[in-house]
Amino acid sequence: MLTVTNLTSERDDRILFANLNFSLHAGDLLQIEGQNGSGKTTLLRILCGLSSHFSGKIYWQNQDVSQQLPNFLQALLYVGHHAGIKAALTAEENLRWMQRLHPLLNRCTITEALNQVGLYGYEDVPCYALSAGQQRRVSLARLYLSSHPLWILDEPFTAIDKKGVLEKEALIVKHVQQGGMCILTTHHDFDLPKQTIRRINLDQLAHTITSVDTTPSYLVSV
Amino acid sequence: MNFLNAAIKRELLLALRNRSEIINPLAFFLLVITLFPLAVSPEAKVLANIAPGIIWVAALLATLLSMDSLFKNDYDDGSLEQIVVSPQSLALLALGKVISHWLSTGFLLALLSPVLAVMLFLPSEAMPALVGSLLIGTPTLSLIGAIGAALTVGLRKGGVLISLLVLPLYIPVLIFGAATVQAGALNLPISGHLALLGAMMVFTLLLAPFAIAAALKLSIRN
Repeated sequence: MLTVTNLTSERDDRILFANLNFSLHAGDLLQIEGQNGSGKTTLLRILCGLSSHFSGKIYWQNQDVSQQLPNFLQALLYVGHHAGIKAALTAEENLRWMQRLHPLLNRCTITEALNQVGLYGYEDVPCYALSAGQQRRVSLARLYLSSHPLWILDEPFTAIDKKGVLEKEALIVKHVQQGGMCILTTHHDFDLPKQTIRRINLDQLAHTITSVDTTPSYLVSV
Repeated sequence: MNFLNAAIKRELLLALRNRSEIINPLAFFLLVITLFPLAVSPEAKVLANIAPGIIWVAALLATLLSMDSLFKNDYDDGSLEQIVVSPQSLALLALGKVISHWLSTGFLLALLSPVLAVMLFLPSEAMPALVGSLLIGTPTLSLIGAIGAALTVGLRKGGVLISLLVLPLYIPVLIFGAATVQAGALNLPISGHLALLGAMMVFTLLLAPFAIAAALKLSIRN
């Protein structure tokens, strides 16, 4: 469904990754690993079309994403480093705007989603009055609202408490089991059987770049 | 159209919640114009002569000052990213932002201008020309300014750069705007001047949203 071929990215004369190849099918969960500064966020931003510092091709449903961008964006939910939450607006107003932007945030009502993330009673509080974790929860309420097939999540569990992380983890697993796809970066270890989760380690990748030129088969360890 | 409406409503709501964005340009406009009689001369004849120029220059600078923050907040908190990864049109959103920006600056400046014009002894015959030229001229300023703001949004200190980029393009509007008011004060027909200002507005209204969208994408993907 999502296919990446020969993806190479270079920032400030430093190769972050080279000749990265993988494909993601319905039901796949892909975790991008690597130390700080290894290019995890850059990779996700490239996949979302938020960065142009790359060469290589990205295909969605066998169509080149650069040609069919609206089709791809229709199917994509991206949760980035920045929450995308307006501090002056309430949680409900923020989510209502998100729904305007992404028509597929339609799985349940906003009230239900806010209940799910434990913000019942905070609907009308401006987001600047919420804690960092609560603001993150507002942003993550989109996961409950979403019926997008592809989720791309950049460190989604930052500032979330343990119980919250378990709930979001369960939600991601449910999404994948129902035929969705998810790519995420997190330092958190998923408590899942090996078959259900695939990993790409950008650090190991960086090592192989210096020694061998192309090692695509190694990159995708299933 | 629905999306444009929603975008304008959201921006106006944000402006209302954060009132300094509305008050700052108005206060600047008011202060500059009240200082002129003190510094130049309180004589009615002198002030009436230079009033069209003063009011137009003050309105132009007030608009320019408010441009810097147009996309900055959205860029910093990640809302802009979310818009770029959504299937909605970025040009339409840019148009919505500019319209609400104009409503909260240029439109209010035009409404306030007759009061200040009286202070500068501008003859009452010139009032329609003053309000008319500001109403038709300031949207062009907002639209052109937004292109500059979009180009510099990714830079840490874009404020001065916006002025350099945008001021040359503001000059025709300033010339014809001030000329309209001068013609009005001399009881000459003003429809020709207004038509030219109108033509500039229509031209930028048609093309600027696409330029803004392209500039925003450039700033984000870099």
